[in-house]
Amino acid sequence: MSKLYSGAEIVFKCLEDQGVDTIFGYPGGAVLPIYDELKNFSSVKHYLVRHEQGAGHAAEGYARSSGKPGVALVTSGPGATNIVTALTDAYMDSVPIVCISGQVPTHLIGTDAFQEADTTGITRPCTKHNWLVKDVKNLAKVIHRAFEVATTGRPGPVLIDIPKDVQFQKTSYTKYKKQKKLNGKTKNNFNQAEIDELIKLMSNSSKPIFYTGGGVINSGPKASTLLRELVYATGFPITSTLQGLGAFPGNDNQFIGMLGMHGTYEANNAMHDCDLMINVGARFDDRITGKIDEFSPKSKKVHIDIDPSSINKNVKVDLPIVGDVNDVINAILKTIKKKKPNFGKSNKQKISKWWEKIEKWRSVRSLDYINSEETIKPQYAVQRLYELTKDKDTFITTEVGQHQMWAAQHYKFDKPNRWMTSGGLGTMGYGLPAAIGVQVAHPSKLVVDIAGEASVLMTMQEMSTAVQYSLPIKIFILNNEYMGMVRQWQELLHDKNYSESYTAALPDFVKLAEAYGCVGIRASTPEELDDKIIEMLNTERPVIFDCRVDKIENCFPMIPSGKPHNQMLLGPKDQKDNKITGKGKTLV
Amino acid sequence: MAKAKSAYSIPGKKGKLDTHIIVVWVDNEAGVLARVVGLFSGRGYNIESLAVAEVDPKLNISRITIVTTGTPQVIEQIKLQLKKLIPVHKVADFMRNDKKVIFKEMALFKVVGNNSKRKKALNACKKYNAIILDKTNKSCVIQITAMRREIDLMAKNLKRLGLVSLSRTGAVAMTRGADTFR
Repeated sequence: MSKLYSGAEIVFKCLEDQGVDTIFGYPGGAVLPIYDELKNFSSVKHYLVRHEQGAGHAAEGYARSSGKPGVALVTSGPGATNIVTALTDAYMDSVPIVCISGQVPTHLIGTDAFQEADTTGITRPCTKHNWLVKDVKNLAKVIHRAFEVATTGRPGPVLIDIPKDVQFQKTSYTKYKKQKKLNGKTKNNFNQAEIDELIKLMSNSSKPIFYTGGGVINSGPKASTLLRELVYATGFPITSTLQGLGAFPGNDNQFIGMLGMHGTYEANNAMHDCDLMINVGARFDDRITGKIDEFSPKSKKVHIDIDPSSINKNVKVDLPIVGDVNDVINAILKTIKKKKPNFGKSNKQKISKWWEKIEKWRSVRSLDYINSEETIKPQYAVQRLYELTKDKDTFITTEVGQHQMWAAQHYKFDKPNRWMTSGGLGTMGYGLPAAIGVQVAHPSKLVVDIAGEASVLMTMQEMSTAVQYSLPIKIFILNNEYMGMVRQWQELLHDKNYSESYTAALPDFVKLAEAYGCVGIRASTPEELDDKIIEMLNTERPVIFDCRVDKIENCFPMIPSGKPHNQMLLGPKDQKDNKITGKGKTLV
Repeated sequence: MAKAKSAYSIPGKKGKLDTHIIVVWVDNEAGVLARVVGLFSGRGYNIESLAVAEVDPKLNISRITIVTTGTPQVIEQIKLQLKKLIPVHKVADFMRNDKKVIFKEMALFKVVGNNSKRKKALNACKKYNAIILDKTNKSCVIQITAMRREIDLMAKNLKRLGLVSLSRTGAVAMTRGADTFR
């Protein structure tokens, strides 16, 4: 008879077979048998967080920066409910997470036992799938299936709920062999005729644009390489969503900046006026489209996406291509090489007028701001951070708000998987624990969380985790004492009624850093900013950087609510120059 | 245009609503109905009626029949979202007025009244395969199978003939002819 293993042992056997070497978690009554086994599996390193939400976001940061699934281990009841935000975040942004939660013993389920919660019920709408394992014989099968579901098709979070008695029960374990044919739910479902049709549209177009998203990143680094090849081969302009930044070099001339609510003037106008829009792995999110009835009215729309339910969800498209971005671009490139080897050259003339138009929009310089010698402008802080870190292979995470948009606008990424931000759910408090996950995956790399003071306080306790494991993350706080984006919307939409958006009592972040056992640095003037940033970069320990920025700066350009792409609100500089301050305000 | 006081866009034009019958074949496992129903409620889709039962005990397959209304875009989303659920095997979609498909609902009527009223009630039900399931000298329980609107009508008409209780199922559907839905 083969050796018998307990459920807890099987959890680790499965993790080993899946090649998992890192888990983020927090122990508790219902997962103690699993924690007890930890000592016997040296290949799996556990990182103790300070709150389960931190474990979830750390797993997300780990997954997004490494391309591997992130694993979190939490206890029943509050442990599971605390990680729900992170699971929802991962679901919205398609991040592969495997969450293992403990549950009360099977005979107590449904009795309102201590620390019991209907975990599979609570997490059903925020996971790709979840399982309650009531029999240890199913455990290995379920765990392996969970990894398969999380990582194939459109990636996403899954949860496995394991009652405590199942963790003790014994059964045999057979080594897992990876099957070639993976989850049949979402796979390539395109044909050559569709590719040919796309190439026909591309050759006929005189105002084309690539609109790329997180799907390119999720498709793996190879997809980014192929995308670059395709964009260079065609000479078309390319814009990217928040999640897609890094798939194409941010400082390349063909890149016309991020699009959407706080995207560049040139990107949004090009989206509005184009005659061919090629969406690669993006999902026509409402922050991107603006007013949907007037979204890019004159264009043929092509949508490349691995998830068939993304097609025609928000915007009706003319040519859907369902498949993995990597495989689709590969097919496009092959066809171009075979049938139209001179595509780039023959096309150049045709789209030259289009480029002229784009250059005109570009000359508006919509990301410009009025700099100051007295106060640090937040945009300036991000720009200086970029200039001083661009030669290192830097990983950036963010929280959510104005600082996130400024980071997206002013930090230029040239590689995929270097930019981790909560886009779909917009989770304040994401960046700090995500930075921990990124640093764990890339111990020798520079990891910076560009943060806001309000967001970062939501998960500040994880600094303690960073200190415990000597993870030298840099928390770069753009501190304006306001929930800046809330204040901006109140200014623009609610007659400057700044209801509860000012934090009247904030901790002294330098002292707070010291209390956590890391390093605190403060910069208050533009003059000292560079030196302080360099001091931060030269510190080999975790740093909280309190960057005191202009308190009332707003994030521009902006598509006001209910407006299409070509009616952007530009920054104060432009408004002053063109004397449209008053008109600009009534636009909102 | 009214000044939009929101950071979200204003709703666009609403399309025409159609009634569809969606048939879903699923693994009969714990929570599967909650997944399907949760998808509808979570995304704001309608459920007019629902019928579910295991149809293949060997393969553990259940068949869920859902009557829903929505714009063509919403109906398309419902199908695509359903197909993404892990325990879902296949999804069929029929228009309510599709001649190639049979739709049936069953209803039980309890009629209390004198002999003549009960007889009238039974007569009224006759064209809908009426079966008397229970009978006393004061009451009877009549089973009919019919379309939704026919049952609605019968329920209305039987009121004056002593209808005291009504129980009805959701619609079930099947294609006509020898072909089955793949």
